[in-house]
Amino acid sequence: MTDGHILEDKSHFHGVWVFLEGRAGQLRDVSTQLIGEGRRLADLRGTPLTGILPGHDVDALAREAIGYGLDRVIVVDDPILEIYRSRPFAEVMAQLIRRQKPEIVLFGASKNGRDLGGRLHAILETGLAADCVKFDIDPEGNLDMIRPSFGGKSLAHILCKKHRPQMASVRRNVFVAPPHNPDRRGEILHERVELSPKDVDATLLEFDEFTKDGGLRPEEADIVVSGGYGLGDPKNFQLLQALADRLGGAIAASRKAVDSGWVPKTLQVGQTGMTVRPKLYIAVGISGAVQHLAGMQESDKIVVINIDPKAPLFEIADYGIVGDLFEVVPELIRQLDALKGGEVGAQPTLPAEVR
Amino acid sequence: MSVLVSGMRPMRIIVCIKQVPKAQELQVDPVTQTLKRVGVPSEINPPDANALEIALTLKDRHAAEVVVLSMGPTSFDESLERAIAMGADRSVLLTDRILGGSDTVPTAYALSETIQKIGGYDLILTGEETTDASTGHVGPGIAGHLALPQITYVSEVQIVDGTVRARRTAEDGTEWWQTKMPSLCTVNFGCNKPRSPTLTGKIRVKRGGVIAHWSCADVGIDPKKVGLFNSPTIVAKVDTIRLPPRAGRMFSGDARESVRALLDALIRDRVIVP
Repeated sequence: MTDGHILEDKSHFHGVWVFLEGRAGQLRDVSTQLIGEGRRLADLRGTPLTGILPGHDVDALAREAIGYGLDRVIVVDDPILEIYRSRPFAEVMAQLIRRQKPEIVLFGASKNGRDLGGRLHAILETGLAADCVKFDIDPEGNLDMIRPSFGGKSLAHILCKKHRPQMASVRRNVFVAPPHNPDRRGEILHERVELSPKDVDATLLEFDEFTKDGGLRPEEADIVVSGGYGLGDPKNFQLLQALADRLGGAIAASRKAVDSGWVPKTLQVGQTGMTVRPKLYIAVGISGAVQHLAGMQESDKIVVINIDPKAPLFEIADYGIVGDLFEVVPELIRQLDALKGGEVGAQPTLPAEVR
Repeated sequence: MSVLVSGMRPMRIIVCIKQVPKAQELQVDPVTQTLKRVGVPSEINPPDANALEIALTLKDRHAAEVVVLSMGPTSFDESLERAIAMGADRSVLLTDRILGGSDTVPTAYALSETIQKIGGYDLILTGEETTDASTGHVGPGIAGHLALPQITYVSEVQIVDGTVRARRTAEDGTEWWQTKMPSLCTVNFGCNKPRSPTLTGKIRVKRGGVIAHWSCADVGIDPKKVGLFNSPTIVAKVDTIRLPPRAGRMFSGDARESVRALLDALIRDRVIVP
C-alpha cells in the first residue's frame, strides 16, 4: 500500500496474493489458473501464497481453493459481500492490503476483477498491469509484468518499481490450472472489515443469466460462429447454433445472410452491422467482403470454413478448412461432443430440421 | 421530458474520451520494428464514442447538458470538435506537458480533479477501455478517486426518478444495477451506433469557443502526482512480435481428419479447453 507515497523501503511487503472469485459454490477457472501461476511466483520469491476471498458463507470454497496450491486463505465474511459489489469489495481489499502489505496481488481479468482492480489501484495509488500473459522476477526482485500492447502487435514489460503492492490482472485461459489436491493443508483465516450499509451504493435489480439458447450476444461472446450466404437456407443456422452451443458461443451472420432475410439484422457483423472481437471467430460459408472484415478482423483467432478455396476470407484466417460445411460442421460438433463426453465417435444431437 | 436535479439545473453528464490512432491503420515499421504512429489517422476511442452516444441519447430524452472531457495534446481538439458536432454542448481539454507519460493512476487522478473543477455533475460516462492501451482502469479509477458508485461494462443507461439504472454485461449474464446520482458508468464497445456529426453541430464548431483548454495549474492538479516520473508503472521495454499476424494454416483431407487437426490446433492455442 502506498496511497501516493513513493516507497523508500519495499522490504515491509511480503507474499503473493490471489483474489479469488467464486460462482455458485465453485471457484472460477480464472482463479484456479491464477493460483497455479501465483504458486510459481511465491516460490520464486520465497514467500507464502495467499488467496483472498471476500464473500458470505464461503469456507467450503476456501478449503477447495487450498487444494490448488495455496498456503492460506483470508476470508472476509459479510452478507454485503454475498454478491460482487464494487465499493465494498474495493474497501475490503484496500483495508486488507494496508494491514498485511502483500508484495504482489493478482486478479482475474474478468468483468468483476477489472472493475475491482481499476477502482482499487486508484485508491491505493499503486501500479496495476492489465491482461498480463507472462510474469518474471527481474534482478532487483520486481515483478516483470508482460502484456500485449497495440492490439497484440507487441509485448510490453511493465515494472512497478517504487510502489507496492505490484498488481496485475490475467485473462481466463492464459495459464493452466494446477491439479487439485484435496489433501493439501492450508490455513483459513477470518479477517474482519467493518462494512456499513452506506458501502452498498448500488442495488442489483435484475440478473438474467446467459442461456445457451439465444441469451448471449455476439459482441459479448468469447466465441462467435458466423454464417454467410453459403448456408443456402435460413434453417441451416440451427446447425451453427448447435456448434455455438457446444462452444458456449453465440451465432452471427454476414450482411448477405441478413439481406436475404435469413436472420435478424441484430446478428449482422461488418461495417454496417456490429464489430466483434472474440477470442475465436468461426466463419462458415462467408466469402469475406471487405465490409465483413471490418467487423471481425480483430478477433484473436479466425477459423474459415468454405467450399471455395478462393474465398478472400482465407487470407486472414489462422486456420482454414476447404470443404463442404454440411460435412465439416457436423463433424466439428461430433468431435467436440466426443472431447467433452470422452466418448469417441458419439452421435451428435443435431436439430431435426437440418439436412 | 427534462429532468431537473437539485432544483433548477438540468442534469449534467460528463463524458471522458480519448483520441487514439485508428486501430486498423497501425503498422509496424519494417526497419525499426516499432509501431508507426506518425501520420496514422486518429479517431475518438471507439468505446468512448459509444459512451458519448449514450450521453446524447439521454440528452435527447432529458434535456441534459453533455460536457466532453479529454486529457492530452492539443491535437485532441479534433476529437472534441467531432463530439461537439455530434451534439455535445461543450468540452474541456486538460492539456499540459507535465502530464506526459502518465499511467492510469495519475490519469484517473488528473481527470477526477478536472471533473471536480467542472463541477455539478450527475453522471460520468467513459468507454470500457481504450483501443490503444486496453486497460479499462481509468473509468473505475475515477470512481475510486471520487468515491462514486460505479457500474462497469454497461450497454444501456436510463435515468429513472433521479437514479441511474444501467444494464451491465457481467461474466455470466446481464445485470440491471441502480445507483443514486452522481455515479459513473463505463460503456461497452459496440453497444450502439454513434451518430454522425450534424450540420448545426459543425456550424457550432466553426463559430468556435466550444473547447476550453485547461492546464494543471488551472485545475489545481498537484504536479508531484502526474507525469511519467510519478506513475507507479513504467514500460521497461517492448518486444515486437515478429510473427505474421495470422498463421494461415490450411487443413486438408476428409472432414474427420481436417476437423481433428483444427481442434488440435485450437486446443494447443488454448482457444478451446477440452
